[in-house]
Amino acid sequence: MLTSGNILLAGSLLSPEPGLIFWTTITFVLVLIILKKIAWGPIISALEEREKGIQSSIDRAHGAKEESEAILRQNRELLAKADAEADRVIREGREYAEKIRAEITEKAHQESQKMIEAAKNEIEQEKRRALAELRNEVADLAVRGAEKIIRGALDADVQKKVVDSMIQDLSTNRN
Amino acid sequence: MKRIKLIQVKGFFRIMALLAPLLLNAYLPVQASEEHGAPVSTVAAVNAEVAVDPALEPVHAEATGHEEEKAGDVIMHHILNSHSFSFEPFGTVHLPALPPFFGIDISITKHVVMLWIVSAILLVLFSFVGAAYRKITPRTAPSGVANTMEALVEFIRLDVAKSNIGHGYEKHLPYLLTVFMFILLCNLLGLVPYGATATGNINVTLTLAVFTFFITQAASLKAHGLKGYLVHLTAGTHWALWIIMIPIEVIGLFTKPFALTVRLFANMTAGHIVILSLIFISFILKSYVVAAAVSVPFSIFIYLLEIFVAFLQAFIFTMLSALFIGLATVHEGGEAEAAHH
Repeated sequence: MLTSGNILLAGSLLSPEPGLIFWTTITFVLVLIILKKIAWGPIISALEEREKGIQSSIDRAHGAKEESEAILRQNRELLAKADAEADRVIREGREYAEKIRAEITEKAHQESQKMIEAAKNEIEQEKRRALAELRNEVADLAVRGAEKIIRGALDADVQKKVVDSMIQDLSTNRN
Repeated sequence: MKRIKLIQVKGFFRIMALLAPLLLNAYLPVQASEEHGAPVSTVAAVNAEVAVDPALEPVHAEATGHEEEKAGDVIMHHILNSHSFSFEPFGTVHLPALPPFFGIDISITKHVVMLWIVSAILLVLFSFVGAAYRKITPRTAPSGVANTMEALVEFIRLDVAKSNIGHGYEKHLPYLLTVFMFILLCNLLGLVPYGATATGNINVTLTLAVFTFFITQAASLKAHGLKGYLVHLTAGTHWALWIIMIPIEVIGLFTKPFALTVRLFANMTAGHIVILSLIFISFILKSYVVAAAVSVPFSIFIYLLEIFVAFLQAFIFTMLSALFIGLATVHEGGEAEAAHH
Protein backbone atom coordinates (compact mmCIF):
# COMPACT_ATOMS: atom_id res chain seq x y z
CA MET A 1 0.00 0.00 0.00
CA LEU A 2 1.25 3.44 -0.88
CA THR A 3 1.91 5.45 2.21
CA SER A 4 1.61 8.89 0.70
CA GLY A 5 2.67 10.57 3.90
CA ASN A 6 5.97 8.81 3.73
CA ILE A 7 6.62 10.02 0.20
CA LEU A 8 5.49 13.60 0.53
CA LEU A 9 5.81 14.73 4.09
CA ALA A 10 8.47 12.77 5.88
CA GLY A 11 11.06 14.75 3.97
CA SER A 12 12.78 11.66 2.76
CA LEU A 13 12.64 12.59 -0.92
CA LEU A 14 13.66 16.16 -0.32
CA SER A 15 15.97 15.58 2.60
CA PRO A 16 19.29 17.38 2.24
CA GLU A 17 22.34 15.16 2.15
CA PRO A 18 25.48 17.30 2.44
CA GLY A 19 27.65 14.24 1.97
CA LEU A 20 26.07 13.50 -1.38
CA ILE A 21 26.41 17.13 -2.46
CA PHE A 22 30.05 17.00 -1.45
CA TRP A 23 30.70 13.81 -3.41
CA THR A 24 28.71 15.02 -6.42
CA THR A 25 30.74 18.21 -6.56
CA ILE A 26 34.06 16.41 -6.30
CA THR A 27 33.10 13.67 -8.75
CA PHE A 28 31.64 16.03 -11.29
CA VAL A 29 34.51 18.49 -11.19
CA LEU A 30 37.05 15.69 -11.55
CA VAL A 31 35.13 14.12 -14.41
CA LEU A 32 34.82 17.52 -16.07
CA ILE A 33 38.53 18.23 -15.80
CA ILE A 34 39.65 14.78 -16.91
CA LEU A 35 37.18 14.55 -19.77
CA LYS A 36 38.13 18.03 -20.93
CA LYS A 37 41.71 16.90 -21.10
CA ILE A 38 41.32 13.42 -22.58
CA ALA A 39 38.18 13.68 -24.67
CA TRP A 40 36.58 17.02 -25.39
CA GLY A 41 39.81 18.70 -26.43
CA PRO A 42 40.80 16.17 -29.11
CA ILE A 43 37.24 15.49 -30.24
CA ILE A 44 36.29 19.13 -30.66
CA SER A 45 39.55 20.09 -32.30
CA ALA A 46 39.17 17.13 -34.69
CA LEU A 47 35.59 18.15 -35.45
CA GLU A 48 36.59 21.75 -36.03
CA GLU A 49 39.47 20.69 -38.22
CA ARG A 50 37.15 18.48 -40.23
CA GLU A 51 34.62 21.30 -40.49
CA LYS A 52 37.33 23.59 -41.77
CA GLY A 53 38.51 20.89 -44.18
CA ILE A 54 35.01 20.41 -45.52
CA GLN A 55 34.52 24.16 -45.84
CA SER A 56 37.78 24.55 -47.71
CA SER A 57 36.88 21.61 -49.97
CA ILE A 58 33.56 23.23 -50.73
CA ASP A 59 35.28 26.54 -51.39
CA ARG A 60 37.80 24.84 -53.63
CA ALA A 61 35.05 23.01 -55.49
CA HIS A 62 33.20 26.30 -55.97
CA GLY A 63 36.38 27.94 -57.18
CA ALA A 64 37.03 25.10 -59.62
CA LYS A 65 33.46 25.27 -60.84
CA GLU A 66 33.67 29.00 -61.44
CA GLU A 67 37.00 28.59 -63.15
CA SER A 68 35.69 25.86 -65.41
CA GLU A 69 32.64 27.94 -66.19
CA ALA A 70 34.86 30.85 -67.07
CA ILE A 71 36.93 28.60 -69.31
CA LEU A 72 33.80 27.23 -70.92
CA ARG A 73 32.52 30.74 -71.50
CA GLN A 74 35.86 31.71 -72.97
CA ASN A 75 35.82 28.66 -75.20
CA ARG A 76 32.34 29.48 -76.38
CA GLU A 77 33.40 33.02 -77.12
CA LEU A 78 36.42 31.78 -79.00
CA LEU A 79 34.29 29.33 -80.93
CA ALA A 80 31.78 32.03 -81.79
CA LYS A 81 34.59 34.32 -82.84
CA ALA A 82 36.13 31.58 -84.96
CA ASP A 83 32.75 30.90 -86.54
CA ALA A 84 32.28 34.55 -87.31
CA GLU A 85 35.81 34.70 -88.71
CA ALA A 86 35.19 31.68 -90.90
CA ASP A 87 31.90 33.18 -92.09
CA ARG A 88 33.61 36.42 -92.84
CA VAL A 89 36.42 34.69 -94.73
CA ILE A 90 33.95 32.66 -96.77
CA ARG A 91 31.86 35.71 -97.51
CA GLU A 92 34.88 37.75 -98.47
CA GLY A 93 36.14 34.91 -100.62
CA ARG A 94 32.81 34.65 -102.30
CA GLU A 95 32.70 38.41 -102.86
CA TYR A 96 36.20 38.42 -104.15
CA ALA A 97 35.46 35.50 -106.44
CA GLU A 98 32.36 37.29 -107.63
CA LYS A 99 34.32 40.42 -108.25
CA ILE A 100 37.04 38.57 -110.07
CA ARG A 101 34.52 36.68 -112.11
CA ALA A 102 32.79 39.92 -112.99
CA GLU A 103 36.10 41.49 -113.81
CA ILE A 104 37.17 38.56 -115.95
CA THR A 105 33.84 38.49 -117.71
CA GLU A 106 34.06 42.19 -118.27
CA LYS A 107 37.58 41.91 -119.52
CA ALA A 108 36.70 39.02 -121.75
CA HIS A 109 33.75 40.92 -123.02
CA GLN A 110 35.88 43.94 -123.74
CA GLU A 111 38.51 41.78 -125.28
CA SER A 112 36.05 40.05 -127.46
CA GLN A 113 34.50 43.38 -128.29
CA LYS A 114 37.89 44.68 -129.15
CA MET A 115 38.69 41.62 -131.20
CA ILE A 116 35.40 41.90 -132.98
CA GLU A 117 36.15 45.54 -133.60
CA ALA A 118 39.58 44.69 -134.88
CA ALA A 119 38.19 41.91 -136.99
CA LYS A 120 35.59 44.28 -138.37
CA ASN A 121 38.23 46.85 -139.15
CA GLU A 122 40.36 44.28 -140.84
CA ILE A 123 37.45 42.96 -142.75
CA GLU A 124 36.65 46.50 -143.80
CA GLN A 125 40.20 47.14 -144.81
CA GLU A 126 40.40 43.85 -146.57
CA LYS A 127 37.16 44.60 -148.30
CA ARG A 128 38.42 48.00 -149.32
CA ARG A 129 41.64 46.64 -150.51
CA ALA A 130 39.82 43.88 -152.28
CA LEU A 131 37.46 46.36 -153.80
CA ALA A 132 40.32 48.56 -154.87
CA GLU A 133 42.07 45.57 -156.27
CA LEU A 134 38.90 44.43 -157.88
CA ARG A 135 38.41 47.92 -159.27
CA ASN A 136 41.88 47.92 -160.70
CA GLU A 137 41.42 44.44 -161.97
CA VAL A 138 38.06 45.28 -163.42
CA ALA A 139 39.55 48.41 -164.88
CA ASP A 140 42.41 46.45 -166.32
CA LEU A 141 40.07 43.82 -167.59
CA ALA A 142 37.84 46.40 -169.04
CA VAL A 143 40.77 48.20 -170.51
CA ARG A 144 42.09 45.01 -171.90
CA GLY A 145 38.65 44.12 -173.22
CA ALA A 146 38.23 47.56 -174.64
CA GLU A 147 41.69 47.41 -176.09
CA LYS A 148 40.79 44.22 -177.70
CA ILE A 149 37.51 45.67 -178.90
CA ILE A 150 39.09 48.86 -179.96
CA ARG A 151 41.99 47.12 -181.44
CA GLY A 152 39.51 45.13 -183.23
CA ALA A 153 37.23 47.89 -184.38
CA LEU A 154 37.21 51.29 -182.89
CA ASP A 155 39.39 53.95 -181.61
CA ALA A 156 40.73 52.84 -178.38
CA ASP A 157 40.74 56.22 -176.59
CA VAL A 158 37.08 56.96 -177.20
CA GLN A 159 36.13 53.58 -176.02
CA LYS A 160 38.22 53.89 -172.95
CA LYS A 161 36.57 57.10 -171.92
CA VAL A 162 33.20 55.58 -172.27
CA VAL A 163 34.19 52.62 -170.20
CA ASP A 164 35.86 54.77 -167.57
CA SER A 165 32.80 56.89 -167.12
CA MET A 166 30.70 53.82 -166.94
CA ILE A 167 32.91 52.35 -164.19
CA GLN A 168 32.86 55.67 -162.41
CA ASP A 169 29.13 55.55 -162.47
CA LEU A 170 29.21 52.04 -161.22
CA SER A 171 31.44 52.78 -158.33
CA THR A 172 29.56 55.89 -157.24
CA ASN A 173 26.31 54.04 -157.47
CA ARG A 174 27.65 51.32 -155.36
CA ASN A 175 28.99 53.53 -152.64
CA MET B 1 23.76 -11.58 8.94
CA LYS B 2 20.28 -12.39 10.14
CA ARG B 3 18.93 -9.50 8.07
CA ILE B 4 20.58 -10.81 4.91
CA LYS B 5 19.04 -14.19 5.52
CA LEU B 6 15.64 -12.65 6.01
CA ILE B 7 15.90 -10.71 2.75
CA GLN B 8 17.03 -13.85 0.98
CA VAL B 9 14.02 -15.74 2.26
CA LYS B 10 11.71 -12.95 1.17
CA GLY B 11 13.30 -12.75 -2.23
CA PHE B 12 13.02 -16.48 -2.67
CA PHE B 13 9.33 -16.36 -1.88
CA ARG B 14 8.83 -13.52 -4.29
CA ILE B 15 10.51 -15.34 -7.13
CA MET B 16 8.65 -18.51 -6.35
CA ALA B 17 5.41 -16.57 -6.38
CA LEU B 18 6.22 -15.31 -9.85
CA LEU B 19 7.30 -18.69 -11.17
CA ALA B 20 4.48 -20.72 -9.65
CA PRO B 21 1.78 -19.85 -12.23
CA LEU B 22 4.18 -20.65 -15.01
CA LEU B 23 5.09 -23.99 -13.52
CA LEU B 24 1.62 -25.04 -12.39
CA ASN B 25 -1.27 -23.04 -13.75
CA ALA B 26 -2.51 -19.52 -13.53
CA TYR B 27 -5.59 -20.22 -11.43
CA LEU B 28 -3.72 -21.87 -8.64
CA PRO B 29 -3.04 -18.74 -6.61
CA VAL B 30 -6.70 -17.79 -6.79
CA GLN B 31 -7.57 -21.11 -5.26
CA ALA B 32 -4.86 -20.60 -2.73
CA SER B 33 -6.25 -17.25 -1.71
CA GLU B 34 -9.73 -18.72 -1.51
CA GLU B 35 -8.37 -21.42 0.73
CA HIS B 36 -7.10 -18.72 2.99
CA GLY B 37 -10.59 -17.42 3.19
CA ALA B 38 -10.22 -14.17 1.28
CA PRO B 39 -13.62 -13.34 -0.18
CA VAL B 40 -12.44 -11.92 -3.47
CA SER B 41 -12.22 -13.58 -6.83
CA THR B 42 -9.60 -12.64 -9.41
CA VAL B 43 -11.96 -10.49 -11.45
CA ALA B 44 -13.18 -8.77 -8.32
CA ALA B 45 -9.62 -8.20 -7.32
CA VAL B 46 -8.96 -6.28 -10.52
CA ASN B 47 -11.81 -3.92 -9.80
CA ALA B 48 -11.28 -3.91 -6.08
CA GLU B 49 -10.38 -0.74 -4.30
CA VAL B 50 -7.14 -0.60 -2.44
CA ALA B 51 -9.27 -0.63 0.67
CA VAL B 52 -9.83 -4.37 0.15
CA ASP B 53 -6.16 -4.82 0.57
CA PRO B 54 -5.88 -4.85 4.37
CA ALA B 55 -7.95 -8.01 4.29
CA LEU B 56 -5.32 -9.63 2.14
CA GLU B 57 -2.38 -8.13 3.92
CA PRO B 58 -2.18 -10.66 6.75
CA VAL B 59 -2.09 -13.43 4.15
CA HIS B 60 0.85 -11.76 2.47
CA ALA B 61 2.58 -11.20 5.77
CA GLU B 62 1.94 -14.77 6.78
CA ALA B 63 3.28 -16.06 3.50
CA THR B 64 6.43 -13.96 3.34
CA GLY B 65 7.61 -13.90 6.87
CA HIS B 66 7.22 -12.24 10.16
CA GLU B 67 7.55 -8.57 9.42
CA GLU B 68 5.02 -6.55 7.52
CA GLU B 69 6.38 -4.76 4.45
CA LYS B 70 4.37 -2.15 2.66
CA ALA B 71 4.62 -1.37 -1.03
CA GLY B 72 5.25 2.28 -0.29
CA ASP B 73 8.21 1.39 1.87
CA VAL B 74 9.66 -0.79 -0.86
CA ILE B 75 9.23 1.98 -3.43
CA MET B 76 10.81 4.54 -1.13
CA HIS B 77 13.61 2.16 -0.35
CA HIS B 78 14.25 1.84 -4.07
CA ILE B 79 14.08 5.57 -4.76
CA LEU B 80 15.94 6.90 -1.75
CA ASN B 81 19.59 6.96 -1.02
CA SER B 82 20.91 4.43 1.46
CA HIS B 83 24.09 3.20 3.01
CA SER B 84 23.76 -0.21 1.46
CA PHE B 85 23.48 -1.68 -1.98
CA SER B 86 20.93 -4.46 -2.02
CA PHE B 87 21.20 -7.22 -4.57
CA GLU B 88 18.01 -9.11 -3.81
CA PRO B 89 17.83 -12.05 -3.48
CA PHE B 90 21.60 -12.46 -3.30
CA GLY B 91 22.25 -10.15 -0.41
CA THR B 92 23.25 -6.66 0.52
CA VAL B 93 26.54 -4.84 0.31
CA HIS B 94 27.01 -2.41 3.15
CA LEU B 95 28.91 0.66 2.09
CA PRO B 96 31.66 2.00 4.31
CA ALA B 97 30.91 4.88 6.61
CA LEU B 98 33.57 7.57 6.61
CA PRO B 99 34.39 9.90 9.50
CA PRO B 100 32.76 13.33 9.25
CA PHE B 101 34.59 15.88 7.16
CA PHE B 102 34.24 19.41 8.56
CA GLY B 103 31.08 18.33 10.26
CA ILE B 104 29.63 16.77 7.12
CA ASP B 105 28.75 13.12 6.98
CA ILE B 106 30.60 12.04 3.86
CA SER B 107 29.84 8.34 4.07
CA ILE B 108 29.67 6.55 0.78
CA THR B 109 26.05 5.99 -0.16
CA LYS B 110 24.29 4.15 -2.97
CA HIS B 111 24.02 7.27 -5.11
CA VAL B 112 27.65 8.14 -4.58
CA VAL B 113 28.57 4.69 -5.85
CA MET B 114 26.32 5.22 -8.86
CA LEU B 115 28.02 8.55 -9.55
CA TRP B 116 31.37 6.83 -9.42
CA ILE B 117 30.22 4.05 -11.72
CA VAL B 118 28.95 6.67 -14.16
CA SER B 119 32.24 8.54 -13.91
CA ALA B 120 34.24 5.38 -14.46
CA ILE B 121 32.20 4.43 -17.52
CA LEU B 122 32.50 7.96 -18.90
CA LEU B 123 36.23 8.09 -18.33
CA VAL B 124 36.88 4.67 -19.90
CA LEU B 125 34.55 5.30 -22.83
CA PHE B 126 35.85 8.75 -23.60
CA SER B 127 39.49 7.88 -23.11
CA PHE B 128 38.97 5.42 -25.99
CA VAL B 129 37.06 7.95 -28.03
CA GLY B 130 39.58 10.68 -27.26
CA ALA B 131 42.44 8.40 -28.26
CA ALA B 132 40.62 7.59 -31.50
CA TYR B 133 40.24 11.30 -32.24
CA ARG B 134 43.86 12.03 -31.51
CA LYS B 135 44.81 9.66 -34.31
CA ILE B 136 42.17 10.85 -36.71
CA THR B 137 42.92 13.29 -39.50
CA PRO B 138 40.35 15.40 -41.31
CA ARG B 139 40.55 12.98 -44.20
CA THR B 140 39.61 9.85 -42.27
CA ALA B 141 36.13 8.98 -41.07
CA PRO B 142 35.57 7.98 -37.43
CA SER B 143 34.23 4.49 -36.81
CA GLY B 144 32.62 2.44 -34.08
CA VAL B 145 32.23 4.02 -30.65
CA ALA B 146 33.94 7.21 -31.77
CA ASN B 147 31.37 7.61 -34.50
CA THR B 148 28.48 7.01 -32.10
CA MET B 149 29.81 9.51 -29.60
CA GLU B 150 30.50 11.98 -32.35
CA ALA B 151 26.79 12.14 -33.12
CA LEU B 152 26.06 13.14 -29.51
CA VAL B 153 29.00 15.51 -29.25
CA GLU B 154 28.13 17.15 -32.55
CA PHE B 155 24.51 17.46 -31.47
CA ILE B 156 25.46 19.20 -28.22
CA ARG B 157 28.04 21.32 -29.98
CA LEU B 158 25.89 22.62 -32.81
CA ASP B 159 22.26 22.32 -31.80
CA VAL B 160 22.63 23.06 -28.11
CA ALA B 161 25.74 25.16 -27.53
CA LYS B 162 26.22 27.03 -30.79
CA SER B 163 22.57 27.83 -31.42
CA ASN B 164 21.88 29.00 -27.86
CA ILE B 165 25.10 30.66 -26.77
CA GLY B 166 26.31 31.88 -30.12
CA HIS B 167 29.62 33.68 -30.12
CA GLY B 168 32.12 32.23 -27.66
CA TYR B 169 30.28 28.97 -27.16
CA GLU B 170 33.52 26.97 -27.28
CA LYS B 171 34.40 28.05 -23.74
CA HIS B 172 31.28 26.46 -22.26
CA LEU B 173 31.31 23.39 -24.46
CA PRO B 174 33.27 21.09 -22.09
CA TYR B 175 30.84 21.80 -19.25
CA LEU B 176 27.77 21.23 -21.42
CA LEU B 177 29.14 18.02 -22.90
CA THR B 178 30.16 16.67 -19.51
CA VAL B 179 26.87 17.52 -17.86
CA PHE B 180 24.93 15.97 -20.74
CA MET B 181 26.88 12.72 -20.72
CA PHE B 182 26.89 12.60 -16.93
CA ILE B 183 23.14 13.06 -16.56
CA LEU B 184 22.36 10.78 -19.49
CA LEU B 185 24.41 7.95 -18.06
CA CYS B 186 23.03 8.48 -14.55
CA ASN B 187 19.49 8.33 -15.95
CA LEU B 188 20.20 5.22 -17.99
CA LEU B 189 22.00 3.39 -15.20
CA GLY B 190 18.91 3.92 -13.06
CA LEU B 191 17.05 1.70 -15.51
CA VAL B 192 19.52 -1.14 -15.19
CA PRO B 193 18.57 -3.88 -12.70
CA TYR B 194 20.11 -3.24 -9.27
CA GLY B 195 21.04 0.24 -10.40
CA ALA B 196 19.95 3.41 -8.70
CA THR B 197 19.12 6.76 -10.25
CA ALA B 198 21.53 9.27 -8.85
CA THR B 199 19.76 12.01 -10.80
CA GLY B 200 16.58 11.03 -8.96
CA ASN B 201 18.16 12.46 -5.84
CA ILE B 202 17.52 16.15 -5.39
CA ASN B 203 20.95 16.73 -3.88
CA VAL B 204 22.67 15.58 -7.06
CA THR B 205 20.48 17.63 -9.36
CA LEU B 206 20.84 20.61 -7.06
CA THR B 207 24.61 20.38 -7.26
CA LEU B 208 24.54 20.19 -11.04
CA ALA B 209 22.11 23.11 -11.24
CA VAL B 210 24.36 25.14 -8.94
CA PHE B 211 27.21 24.52 -11.37
CA THR B 212 25.07 25.92 -14.14
CA PHE B 213 24.13 28.85 -11.90
CA PHE B 214 27.74 29.74 -11.16
CA ILE B 215 28.79 29.36 -14.77
CA THR B 216 25.88 31.54 -15.86
CA GLN B 217 26.73 34.26 -13.37
CA ALA B 218 30.41 34.12 -14.22
CA ALA B 219 29.63 34.37 -17.93
CA SER B 220 27.28 37.29 -17.26
CA LEU B 221 29.87 39.12 -15.17
CA LYS B 222 32.49 38.54 -17.79
CA ALA B 223 30.26 39.69 -20.62
CA HIS B 224 28.84 42.83 -18.98
CA GLY B 225 31.33 43.69 -16.27
CA LEU B 226 30.32 44.35 -12.67
CA LYS B 227 28.45 47.55 -13.56
CA GLY B 228 26.58 45.91 -16.41
CA TYR B 229 25.75 42.98 -14.17
CA LEU B 230 24.25 45.26 -11.53
CA VAL B 231 22.42 47.33 -14.14
CA HIS B 232 20.99 44.09 -15.45
CA LEU B 233 19.43 43.49 -12.03
CA THR B 234 17.37 46.66 -12.40
CA ALA B 235 16.11 45.47 -15.77
CA GLY B 236 16.72 48.96 -17.17
CA THR B 237 13.75 50.52 -15.42
CA HIS B 238 13.35 53.87 -13.70
CA TRP B 239 15.06 54.10 -10.28
CA ALA B 240 11.71 54.44 -8.51
CA LEU B 241 10.84 50.92 -9.58
CA TRP B 242 14.09 49.43 -8.36
CA ILE B 243 12.62 48.51 -5.01
CA ILE B 244 10.33 46.13 -6.89
CA MET B 245 12.55 45.16 -9.81
CA ILE B 246 15.68 44.22 -7.93
CA PRO B 247 14.01 41.59 -5.71
CA ILE B 248 12.18 40.21 -8.75
CA GLU B 249 15.37 39.96 -10.77
CA VAL B 250 17.26 38.40 -7.86
CA ILE B 251 14.49 35.84 -7.41
CA GLY B 252 14.63 35.30 -11.19
CA LEU B 253 18.30 34.43 -10.89
CA PHE B 254 17.52 31.66 -8.45
CA THR B 255 14.39 30.27 -10.04
CA LYS B 256 16.37 29.09 -13.03
CA PRO B 257 18.63 26.63 -11.18
CA PHE B 258 15.69 25.72 -8.95
CA ALA B 259 13.66 24.78 -12.02
CA LEU B 260 16.58 22.77 -13.36
CA THR B 261 16.94 20.97 -10.04
CA VAL B 262 13.31 20.05 -9.61
CA ARG B 263 12.66 19.17 -13.24
CA LEU B 264 15.39 16.56 -13.47
CA PHE B 265 14.84 15.16 -9.98
CA ALA B 266 11.06 14.93 -10.35
CA ASN B 267 11.17 13.37 -13.80
CA MET B 268 13.62 10.70 -12.76
CA THR B 269 11.84 9.92 -9.50
CA ALA B 270 8.38 9.92 -10.99
CA GLY B 271 9.21 7.37 -13.66
CA HIS B 272 10.59 4.94 -11.12
CA ILE B 273 7.66 5.42 -8.78
CA VAL B 274 5.25 4.74 -11.65
CA ILE B 275 7.06 1.57 -12.72
CA LEU B 276 7.25 0.25 -9.16
CA SER B 277 3.65 1.19 -8.44
CA LEU B 278 2.49 -0.68 -11.52
CA ILE B 279 4.43 -3.72 -10.43
CA PHE B 280 3.11 -3.45 -6.89
CA ILE B 281 -0.49 -3.36 -8.08
CA SER B 282 -0.18 -7.04 -8.77
CA PHE B 283 1.39 -7.67 -5.38
CA ILE B 284 -1.24 -5.62 -3.60
CA LEU B 285 -4.11 -7.30 -5.43
CA LYS B 286 -2.38 -10.67 -5.30
CA SER B 287 -3.54 -11.43 -8.81
CA TYR B 288 -1.51 -12.92 -11.65
CA VAL B 289 -4.14 -11.78 -14.10
CA VAL B 290 -3.45 -8.22 -13.05
CA ALA B 291 0.25 -8.91 -13.28
CA ALA B 292 -0.04 -10.24 -16.83
CA ALA B 293 -2.64 -7.78 -18.07
CA VAL B 294 -1.67 -4.57 -16.29
CA SER B 295 1.58 -4.57 -14.41
CA VAL B 296 3.95 -6.13 -16.91
CA PRO B 297 2.73 -4.48 -20.13
CA PHE B 298 2.29 -1.08 -18.53
CA SER B 299 5.58 -1.15 -16.72
CA ILE B 300 7.31 -2.20 -19.96
CA PHE B 301 5.65 0.74 -21.66
CA ILE B 302 6.71 3.12 -18.88
CA TYR B 303 10.17 1.60 -18.96
CA LEU B 304 10.53 2.36 -22.67
CA LEU B 305 9.17 5.81 -21.98
CA GLU B 306 11.80 6.18 -19.27
CA ILE B 307 14.55 5.42 -21.76
CA PHE B 308 13.23 8.26 -23.85
CA VAL B 309 12.88 10.48 -20.80
CA ALA B 310 16.47 9.69 -19.81
CA PHE B 311 17.68 11.20 -23.08
CA LEU B 312 15.10 13.97 -23.00
CA GLN B 313 15.92 15.16 -19.50
CA ALA B 314 19.66 15.07 -20.12
CA PHE B 315 19.04 17.10 -23.27
CA ILE B 316 16.71 19.55 -21.51
CA PHE B 317 19.13 20.15 -18.65
CA THR B 318 21.95 20.81 -21.11
CA MET B 319 19.74 22.85 -23.39
CA LEU B 320 18.48 25.07 -20.58
CA SER B 321 21.99 25.49 -19.18
CA ALA B 322 23.13 26.64 -22.62
CA LEU B 323 20.10 28.88 -22.92
CA PHE B 324 20.74 30.52 -19.54
CA ILE B 325 24.39 31.07 -20.42
CA GLY B 326 23.34 32.50 -23.77
CA LEU B 327 20.82 34.84 -22.12
CA ALA B 328 23.38 35.93 -19.57
CA THR B 329 26.04 36.73 -22.13
CA VAL B 330 23.82 38.40 -24.71
CA HIS B 331 25.08 41.92 -25.40
CA GLU B 332 23.06 45.09 -25.53
CA GLY B 333 21.39 45.13 -28.90
CA GLY B 334 22.24 41.48 -29.20
CA GLU B 335 18.61 40.62 -29.82
CA ALA B 336 18.43 42.99 -32.76
CA GLU B 337 21.65 41.52 -34.06
CA ALA B 338 20.32 38.01 -33.59
CA ALA B 339 17.15 38.96 -35.43
CA HIS B 340 19.26 39.83 -38.44
CA HIS B 341 20.74 36.36 -38.61
